[in-house]
Amino acid sequence: MNILLILIPAALLLGLVGLAAFLWSLRTGQYEDLEGAKWRVLSDDDLPEDERPRHDPDRD
Amino acid sequence: MTAAERDWSAFAETGDDGQLTMQLAVDGIHCAACMTTIERSLSALPGVERARVNLSNRRLAVSWRPEETDGGTIVSTLADIGYDARPFVRGQIDDGYRRERNRLLRAIAVAGFAAMNVMLFSVSVWSGNVTDITPETRLLFHWLSALIALPAAAYAGQTFYRSAFSAIRRGRVNMDVPIALGVILAIGLSFYGTLTAGADTYFESALMLLFFLLVGRLLDHLMRRRTRTFAENLAALRAETAVLLGPDGHLREVPVGQVSPGALVQVAAGSRVPVDGTVVEGTSEIDQSLVTGETMLVEIGAGDRVFAGTLNGEGVLTVQVQAAGEGTLLDEVNRLLDQAMTARSQSVALADRVARWYAPVVHGAALLTFLGWLALGAGAERSLVVAITVLIITCPCAIALAVPAVQVTAAGALFRNRLLLHSGDALERLAEADTVVFDKTGTLTTPTARIANAGEVPEVALEAARALAARSRHPISQAIAAGSKPASAVLEASEVAGQGVTGIVDGHRVRLGRPGFVDAEEEAAALADRFPDATLVGVSVDGCRPAVLAVQQVLRPDAAETVAELGRHGFRLVILSGDRGPAVARVAQTLGITEWQGGLKPAEKIAALESLSAEGRKVLMVGDGLNDAPALAAAHVSMSPVSAVDLSQAAADIVFLGERLAPVPLALAIGRRARRIMSENLALALVYNLIAVPIAVTGNATPLIAAVAMSASSILVTANALRAQSVRTATPDPSTEVATRSTRTEAAPA
Repeated sequence: MNILLILIPAALLLGLVGLAAFLWSLRTGQYEDLEGAKWRVLSDDDLPEDERPRHDPDRD
Repeated sequence: MTAAERDWSAFAETGDDGQLTMQLAVDGIHCAACMTTIERSLSALPGVERARVNLSNRRLAVSWRPEETDGGTIVSTLADIGYDARPFVRGQIDDGYRRERNRLLRAIAVAGFAAMNVMLFSVSVWSGNVTDITPETRLLFHWLSALIALPAAAYAGQTFYRSAFSAIRRGRVNMDVPIALGVILAIGLSFYGTLTAGADTYFESALMLLFFLLVGRLLDHLMRRRTRTFAENLAALRAETAVLLGPDGHLREVPVGQVSPGALVQVAAGSRVPVDGTVVEGTSEIDQSLVTGETMLVEIGAGDRVFAGTLNGEGVLTVQVQAAGEGTLLDEVNRLLDQAMTARSQSVALADRVARWYAPVVHGAALLTFLGWLALGAGAERSLVVAITVLIITCPCAIALAVPAVQVTAAGALFRNRLLLHSGDALERLAEADTVVFDKTGTLTTPTARIANAGEVPEVALEAARALAARSRHPISQAIAAGSKPASAVLEASEVAGQGVTGIVDGHRVRLGRPGFVDAEEEAAALADRFPDATLVGVSVDGCRPAVLAVQQVLRPDAAETVAELGRHGFRLVILSGDRGPAVARVAQTLGITEWQGGLKPAEKIAALESLSAEGRKVLMVGDGLNDAPALAAAHVSMSPVSAVDLSQAAADIVFLGERLAPVPLALAIGRRARRIMSENLALALVYNLIAVPIAVTGNATPLIAAVAMSASSILVTANALRAQSVRTATPDPSTEVATRSTRTEAAPA
């Protein structure tokens, strides 16, 4: 039963990390625009010009 | 509009680094492409630090360095790429909703975390109890559970404790009382069990209960917020600003909210009067249809009172702002509105009616169970466990969800059909309506005037009239110009005061104005019989035979259809209008409505509604004018178009968007369906309780089973509520609506 001394704190710690991560994401306003966020993943405006995937009309 | 410069400091907030930040409501954002376009174009402007579109609430936040650019540049850049954007007034956006949502989310997170971890220990204890757990390990697990559950329940349950406490203090019970009591008792008993090293604790039941209830609260909150956000955007896009006339003659455009009584406001030709006040300088004709329902233009001059929402004619007015004074129309409207609002709160929502008897019955049952078991010789602890089981199993989750869950889904269905619901319980009242009372001006008819005989006028004359009218600020000219394509070039346009306009359109000399101005008295006299309510405008091209246009308010495109549909469904239809009797009679005749009254004052509208309700009628009032506001508040349930004055929109339960009247029967259909599903849900919850309570009272359910059964019934009720989403009535296709609007000029006379 000594294993409990490690497992219980480990389980609680993992749970707390999840809770903390959620509270952090809430505080930094990541739930303010769920609609926009799903589209922003597709935008590559944040990349420098030469790293953007080039549109190749021949392959469409 | 005018030479007045907009006062940006009223809209933008200054940050620590000297940057200005502004929130704008943007019209026309539909997709991710709009988002990218706007952000790119604005970021490319020199001085703009940050531009971020929120696609969920259709708002834009921009920060800029004031020394390099200004708000005007940003708004005009947006206009160039095709978006109409208006800044929110500082402090106009209510942050309370966001804070409330974040508080609920935090409580859900804490309750969820705690429930899952405590469940981990509880499952171990249950499996240990039937195998070989030592009492020491079990005690350790109970203590760990207690350490997690006590703070978590104290934090996550605040909403319920507070609401329950304030209800009890006022000597009432609401749904939150049994919830708070159940949670506190379950946690307290479990803690007692832990202290005395007992075998059972119920921490997990209490936490699961909190978690589920909080999720329900969040859903309800999100529904309200969506409608609210949309309403805020609409208000911002209506751009209520006033042009202040400073003592030095300097003009400054500010939000209407910042204009104080006594200030002087300039009203440009052809714009809406932003405030209530007295004219101190200037003469003009104003269109009061939005205020009194009267469609004829009224001559005003110095000393006359004007009201917010009226449309100014060709003159520039200087108006001294006044708060509502004794004996004025606004004062009367406000007074009637107060009375009507107080009277209305007597109607009790379905959920509250159920709560009124539910809570005492549940508490009584739990108490009787406790006493009964005690009397039968069970120990105090055993009796208390059974009583708590009764409390948890009858936890009003299913009942508490039965009505709000339907309200949420029905509000969603309304929202998708461009109807904004102000209060959830309006759905129930909507379902009860059996009489529909319409205002005429702006409700059955379009809010602005149109050319009623466009089909009979030669194309050339019509086009010339439209092009020339676009150059004039007069309300009639604007009605003529409305809906015209980009005007042809007009040269030498000049107004002849009180008579009309002349100009050269595409090389032809065009005159537009009073029939006498173009020698069209004969034609006008011929038309006057057919369009007795219309303002007649003559137009002549190169001095040829003049044509006469009849300008008047026309019926909404689908008014006849909608009225017929309502009639088929057995609604009693009535028109109560502030406009003159003959004008109302003609509309009533066109639409086939037999009951109508014209020339009504606000108080008389209320009296008419009262006599209807004295007959036992439940009235749905549809109206838009300032004069309708008290009637909207006094009616059993009410709707107003988005073109209505603010006061009326605030008094109405539902605001509908668009040109069409079809939302009225649609809202009635959604309301009736919602009401039916609510009753089903309440019946389901009742059946569940009838089965579950005897099991709990006889001690055959543990608190855990009770928690599971309670959750299951809640899920069942919620799933049933989702059916309120689908509406069988065909919804108007937005694309056809645009088409109807553009061909709308040849409308039936109103």
